[in-house]
Amino acid sequence: MLESYLPIFFMIAGGIAFGVVMLKLNEFFGPRRPTEEKFSTYESGMEPVRTARERFSVKFYMVAVLFILFDIEVVFLYPWAVSFRELGYQGFVTMFVFIVILLIGLYYVWRKGALEWD
Amino acid sequence: MDLFTIVFYFLAIITLGAGAVVVFSRNIIHAAFALLFAFFGVAGLYVLLMADFIAITQLMIYVGGILVLVLFGVMLTSQVLDVQMKSGTIQTFPAVLVVSALAGTLVGIFWSTPWKTTAAAPMEVTAAKIGEMLLTSYLLPFEIASVVLLAALIGAALIARREKNA
Amino acid sequence: MYELLHDLLGDSLLVYVIGAALPLLFVLPFAVVAVLLEMKVSAHMQDRVAYMYTGWHGVLQPVADILKLLQKEDTVPAAADKFLFRLAPFLVFMGGYAGFAALPFSSAYIGSNIDLGVFYILAVSSLAVIGLMMSGWASNNKWSLFGAMRSVAQIISYEIPSALSILVAVMIVGSLNLQEVSKFQEGGIQNWIVFGGPMPLLQKLLLLPFTITAFFILFLAGIAEVNRTPFDLPEAESELVQGYNTEYSGMKFAIFYLAEFANMFLVSGIVVSLYLGGWTSPFGDVMSGPIWSFFWFVAKGMFFVFLQVWIRWTLPRLRVDQLMYTSWKVLTPFLFVCIFAVGLILVL
Repeated sequence: MLESYLPIFFMIAGGIAFGVVMLKLNEFFGPRRPTEEKFSTYESGMEPVRTARERFSVKFYMVAVLFILFDIEVVFLYPWAVSFRELGYQGFVTMFVFIVILLIGLYYVWRKGALEWD
Repeated sequence: MDLFTIVFYFLAIITLGAGAVVVFSRNIIHAAFALLFAFFGVAGLYVLLMADFIAITQLMIYVGGILVLVLFGVMLTSQVLDVQMKSGTIQTFPAVLVVSALAGTLVGIFWSTPWKTTAAAPMEVTAAKIGEMLLTSYLLPFEIASVVLLAALIGAALIARREKNA
Repeated sequence: MYELLHDLLGDSLLVYVIGAALPLLFVLPFAVVAVLLEMKVSAHMQDRVAYMYTGWHGVLQPVADILKLLQKEDTVPAAADKFLFRLAPFLVFMGGYAGFAALPFSSAYIGSNIDLGVFYILAVSSLAVIGLMMSGWASNNKWSLFGAMRSVAQIISYEIPSALSILVAVMIVGSLNLQEVSKFQEGGIQNWIVFGGPMPLLQKLLLLPFTITAFFILFLAGIAEVNRTPFDLPEAESELVQGYNTEYSGMKFAIFYLAEFANMFLVSGIVVSLYLGGWTSPFGDVMSGPIWSFFWFVAKGMFFVFLQVWIRWTLPRLRVDQLMYTSWKVLTPFLFVCIFAVGLILVL
């Protein structure tokens, strides 16, 4: 089983090596004529106003929270999907209970308006 | 040294190095991004332990979910870079005492434990086996997990609602 | 393929290194073709002709573009976080490229024959999410940061529908390995999972509406995950310049571009392997075998790449609230219905 993961390791290494080689080529062929304007932040031609690193809306955070919860659910669903036919009726019912409990949650979140982006 | 030993040390170095950056970096964003490599290294170690399902779950939930949440959380704070990350050092002596006692205990346990080093039984399809176990032997914890997730969802909805009223 | 390499090279590591390098050898020419396809298709859809001067009908233009990008100055803005700025393109590229390891290109070749196939692709694509965020934050540019945040929010909200729609096919096959999924659908077009898979007739007819729904949702969510129109809010040119890669130039920009095209094919490859028979021939045993199967896989994949280009030049962009509405209130509930129905049909 471990052998089948080896190509992934090499692929990641190969991908990084490819990127490094391309960047080095670029460094070799590309000019280097730094000016102050060139290295200033692009703000559609205007003088940059303050930094971009301001506070962000909590909405993004909410999306991430919802995502994690459903992501965990999906992780539970995958092994079930692979084996549920051997488990037959009983496996189906137990997963049905699991999903219904989470759908209650989805319904609640929906009614509370947490799924709205306004 | 065979190939997997080399891979193990490579992954271990990545994990520990990234972990050190997380702990020691003054820049909170760097610390958060270094978590990525720590999680990735740990996932690799899981694969070496033949727990591939856990490894991929680790990537999926920790890198895809928790880390994004951490990053969003950091970006919610104003003036990210001005946050004083370092607190002053107080009570050095008791701290050293507690830490060395803890470390001593851990090392003691490490050396005195009779580690079992038999070869792992090769698993054919881990996901199917896990699915089967979840729905038979570990049915109750599995269903309780859904209740825990439900509670978390309701909590998330509450936070969102409060934000709306404010 | 690995057996063949083992025969040729013996039991050396080189076997895995070569096996792992093959997807890269596919991705690079593919990107060249895809750039040309995108430009030519979009031009002809709008009654233009696009490039005509470099080579016959401008077919060499992508090559010229690459040569041009190689000669560009590689700038790092003074206000940027230099280290993260340099690291981000790698992560974005790896998130898409590493997924190619689990794509079955032919009946004889899959980069890495792991049991968890699709699940691995889903998980490893989260590297790209972190990469996007890194590029946005490191650039210290308002457009980049907004683009990155939007992009990440969009990708993670559409990851749930895509994971669930993959699940529908996985339930029918009972395996996560895309090679197994493709094998399962052998025997002609009627055995493809969109059409209910190789089941008895009654079961097939019952499954049909749900598999078609799941197939459409998977493709839709896939387009959203690669940030293409109509889900291209993260790089909405009219509002955000270029989105997360605004500050990038030269080869770093090219790597982002390559990642986008690699992702386009990855999405198509997943859709094709799960629902449209993967490398299997639509005519049963006619035109099958390792070489033909590579042809079918690439042909089907390219068709979906073409569809993505077509959609891009046809539909307008969605609004953020419509985006969230579609993901959470339309696609996710629909998929739960599909999963429930498919489970019921298979168990009974």
